[in-house]
Amino acid sequence: MTELEHPLSRLPASAPFDANAAASMLAQRATEGGLADVAYGWLDSPLGKLIVAVTPRGLVRIAYEREAEEEVLRELAEGVSPRVLRAPQRTDVARRELEGYFAGTLRAFDLPIDWTLVDGFALGVLRATARVPFGHVATYGEMAASAGSPRAARAAGNALHINPIPIVVPCHRIVPASGGIGGYGGGEDRKKFLLELEGAIPAWEPSRPRQ
Amino acid sequence: MRLPPFQSLVDAHASELHRFLVASVGPTDAEDCLQETLLSALRAYPRLRDATHLRAWLYTIAQHKATDAVRRSVRHRSEDLDGVNPGHLAEPPHESADEALWTRVRALPPKQRAAVIHRFVFDLAYKEIGMRTGTSEEAARQNVATGLRRLRMEVDR
Repeated sequence: MTELEHPLSRLPASAPFDANAAASMLAQRATEGGLADVAYGWLDSPLGKLIVAVTPRGLVRIAYEREAEEEVLRELAEGVSPRVLRAPQRTDVARRELEGYFAGTLRAFDLPIDWTLVDGFALGVLRATARVPFGHVATYGEMAASAGSPRAARAAGNALHINPIPIVVPCHRIVPASGGIGGYGGGEDRKKFLLELEGAIPAWEPSRPRQ
Repeated sequence: MRLPPFQSLVDAHASELHRFLVASVGPTDAEDCLQETLLSALRAYPRLRDATHLRAWLYTIAQHKATDAVRRSVRHRSEDLDGVNPGHLAEPPHESADEALWTRVRALPPKQRAAVIHRFVFDLAYKEIGMRTGTSEEAARQNVATGLRRLRMEVDR
């Protein structure tokens, strides 16, 4: 018995496996076959590592590294499609625009947005937010009004807090009517950085002076 | 039902699946077989009704892909041999004892082949082998036993 089982347990020995090569080959073939419903990659930005996820319809998710990658991918699997694959090349267009934005050479993103992860009032607020131009700010109340509920400033703030596509859907440009820069899903330091980058607040000031 | 992101299955299981396929079809065809396995799984993935046995499900697919590959290579070999001088049909002289054994494992009927590999390469219990080969625990035990008997007969010949 042992004379058979021993060699059986020892093989296959000489079979190196390149996990990364196999994963990128799969991503490529899945993309060609229209099976990569959600493709993601990373970007090193001045605000830390970003996860960038796209679907055939457009940009669906940007996550700061304060969110666990595993959580972000699970949310995509449940909210968009379980066919989530690491396919960085598919995110190249979005990543290039983000790089341009951080470098100061790009002021308006030209990326189709996939709104699958948002609905209802939040969708109205985020669509309105997407129209606030580079270097400008608007108030939570104004966004609530654009979404059809002028008195729902607080609800608008909540919707912005869970914006699935920060930076490109510029929730950092929405501030409280009472002054200050307000909260930010990615942390207030990041909001301040983005507003300074756009010249919306002076870089030497910690926040907009209270009225 | 909540299915995990497909990439997490790839990251968790691709390396072991590859090993299973090297054992099943040999190192040359294993990579192609792995891609075929993962693509088939990806295609069917959103329609899965049960998220509890994903690993066993992947191995079942891999087993089918391995069976296809073995059939293909047998067909190729017999086509290659048409019109070949019978004197050249002897076993390649440099095949080691281990390699010869693995060639015979690959020639086993699909369920026996998979069961033997799960048993001896991965050291699995019969219950788990049953899940991965789509059979009962008892049938898995039977497949391993029959596979081994067959291999031993051929070794002794």
